[in-house]
Amino acid sequence: MSNQGRIDRYTDQGYATELLEIRERLLLMAGRVEHMIGEAIASIVNRDTERAELGVDLDRQVNQDELDLDALCLELLACRQPMASDLRFVVFTLKMVTDLERIADLAVNIMERAKDLNRKPALTEYIIIPRMGDLVREMVRNAIDAFIQKDIDLAFAVIEKDDEVDDLYRDLFRQVLNVMREDSKHVHRGIHVQSVAKFLERIGDHSTNLAEQAIFMIGGDDVRHEGKLGDIRSKGNPGDTEEITL
Amino acid sequence: MTTSNQSEDVQSGIHIRDLNAGFGDNQVLKNISLDIPPQSVTAVIGPSGCGKSTMVRCLNRMHELVGSAWVNGSVKLGEDDIYGSNVDPVLLRRTVGMVFQKPNPFPHLSIRDNVLSGLKLTGRLVASKADEIVERALVDAALWDEVKDRLDDAGRGLSGGQQQRLCIARSLAVSPDVLLMDEPCSALDPIATAKIEDLIRQLKERYAIVIVTHNMQQAARASDMTAFLLMGELVEFTSTSRLFTQPDDQRTEDYITGKFG
Amino acid sequence: MNAWASEQRSRTGERAFRSLCLFAVLVPLALLGALLFDVALDGLGRIDLDFLRNYPSRKAERAGLLPSLVGTVYLISLTALLAVPLGAGAAVYLEEYGGRTRLSKLVEVNIANLAGVPSVIYGLLGLGIFVRTCGMGRSLLAGACTLALLILPIIIIASREALRNVPKDLRDACYGLGATKWQTTRQVVLPLALPGILTGSILAVSRAIGETAPLIVVGASTYITFLPDGPMSPFSALPIQIFNWVSRPNEAFLENASAGIIVLLVTMLSINAAALVLRARLQARIG
Repeated sequence: MSNQGRIDRYTDQGYATELLEIRERLLLMAGRVEHMIGEAIASIVNRDTERAELGVDLDRQVNQDELDLDALCLELLACRQPMASDLRFVVFTLKMVTDLERIADLAVNIMERAKDLNRKPALTEYIIIPRMGDLVREMVRNAIDAFIQKDIDLAFAVIEKDDEVDDLYRDLFRQVLNVMREDSKHVHRGIHVQSVAKFLERIGDHSTNLAEQAIFMIGGDDVRHEGKLGDIRSKGNPGDTEEITL
Repeated sequence: MTTSNQSEDVQSGIHIRDLNAGFGDNQVLKNISLDIPPQSVTAVIGPSGCGKSTMVRCLNRMHELVGSAWVNGSVKLGEDDIYGSNVDPVLLRRTVGMVFQKPNPFPHLSIRDNVLSGLKLTGRLVASKADEIVERALVDAALWDEVKDRLDDAGRGLSGGQQQRLCIARSLAVSPDVLLMDEPCSALDPIATAKIEDLIRQLKERYAIVIVTHNMQQAARASDMTAFLLMGELVEFTSTSRLFTQPDDQRTEDYITGKFG
Repeated sequence: MNAWASEQRSRTGERAFRSLCLFAVLVPLALLGALLFDVALDGLGRIDLDFLRNYPSRKAERAGLLPSLVGTVYLISLTALLAVPLGAGAAVYLEEYGGRTRLSKLVEVNIANLAGVPSVIYGLLGLGIFVRTCGMGRSLLAGACTLALLILPIIIIASREALRNVPKDLRDACYGLGATKWQTTRQVVLPLALPGILTGSILAVSRAIGETAPLIVVGASTYITFLPDGPMSPFSALPIQIFNWVSRPNEAFLENASAGIIVLLVTMLSINAAALVLRARLQARIG
């Protein structure tokens, strides 16, 4: 992309190479995390316990990615004293790595739940969960892309998607509540299903963080935390209190 | 010492308007306008040949000492234009001090006499005040402790960093309002550089300091405001923290991230 | 290791060049040595206290150097007094105030030319201006003025060099402190250039000691039986005396001449040595 042109313009190509390496690693890590989300959803929807068990290995790789990227970024900060957009790039890479690693942990949590759920017959047909899974995967992918390609509109689009994820979560919550009310034998599985959805909703929140960080990095204003303040301001309706924050 | 060294005029800083300057046919500065705040450090950065030294030398009218040099525009210290028709540049330079890239203490004078040289040269030394002036200037320049026992030694026997601080003391002894520094640390090792940057931090409480540097990290460390010059033009002038984290102009961004070929 | 082996590199070219340079140094030294040896052989025996105290005489054994020695000393002192301040002042003006105009370039070139003009021409100039027009007659003053003119270009050039060697950044420091050009020149530039100016002056003066032709033209006496009693008095000088003795047919006078040469050389060497010592002292003070 246009980034390649800018990379070539660095006078010190050694420095350019180091920046490139961080970028590549970040993309790799994001790809792995995205893949983990996919595997987590599949292990639920396809009732595939084997895939759930592979999750631990994937997570180990992602943790290693975090360590490697932290080290690379620290070294670049110390040795190169980056300025302006390079500085923002490195600092926000560090922050994004944290969020990515948290997303990976949540994916592992989903896979744990999958193992439990798959021992019993399916509770309902999974419609909302795969939908949420697709959404948050896209959000993660787009947030990272927005960061790397400095596409501010893409980043804003990710933030907006989060509302959809929250809505889906609320729908699922109501559904599961109803199912659990029908029969107390459903409660055990119901709680797991609700947890899975909650984890996905959390992944959505972390993806929103990724997008906000991308926006600040690109040079827009600091939009972090604005969303929550905005929510409180605009959604003052007291009726919608089915949402129980865990 | 808390007595203000700034005359009331300079409390509002240095105001440069439409400054053009050059040598013969070669125009070095193009329409520079900026306001340098008082009691702060302003750094001037830019690639070689961008005019930063010339600009600073226009602030104490040393630019015009070269035969083919010319300058037009206005530079006001407070209310008064230093290029006004009845301004004596020699007198001006007694209120705008300058420290140069290569430390240049007078080799034939002792440390003491070096500090006093600004007053002696211009015939303004009051003998009874000499000791006091020497001590105050050396204390302000963070050199007193190192040389107080050998004030009569030759000025050239000091290390590079000490020599530069001696030159700073020499400039301070004449009580200027503004201190101009043209790459003051270029010839010094990192420790000496750090001492001088720390000194600058202390001095800015009393003086408007303008520092030309080709070392961006130094500008980032030591200044409050930074001006970026490119080929004689002022590209950007803003707070240091903003310029180095989120510059407005693409050219600034390119320069400070090292995209200049 | 073979790439670094000592035998690899041929040194013959280097050695040949070194030998050539050594030869170039030794030859003139050898010639000079031969000259000195010859003179010493002839004249050393003749030097005694009487030789230095006696007046010239028709008899070689009784002839002495006193008036010419004293004349040389007075002459050189007067010349220095005239030429050094004038030369140093001119150099200061040209270097500090002259600027880089076409005129100053012209002046610079012409001063260099003047330094190369044959000394007898200065003699003629002195005869015309000082002896005749100014009415000084064939006096010490006329001789000193003439010699002063002769060495003036040398002093100016050496002084300018000394002034140029004062680093520009010291002048900048002065201007930065709000000093005027004159304050800068008097208090910083001149003191630092002084060793160079003095050395140049002393060397120029020591050259003047040996000048014969202009003094002859201006009318130094070749046979004088009294010591100069003032600047307007007639005078003689060592080179003149030596020249006079050499032109006599009597062998004995040649001995005198050789002895005179030795005295002249010793005087010149002493002055040069003094110059070196003075320079070293001043240099140490300045670093």
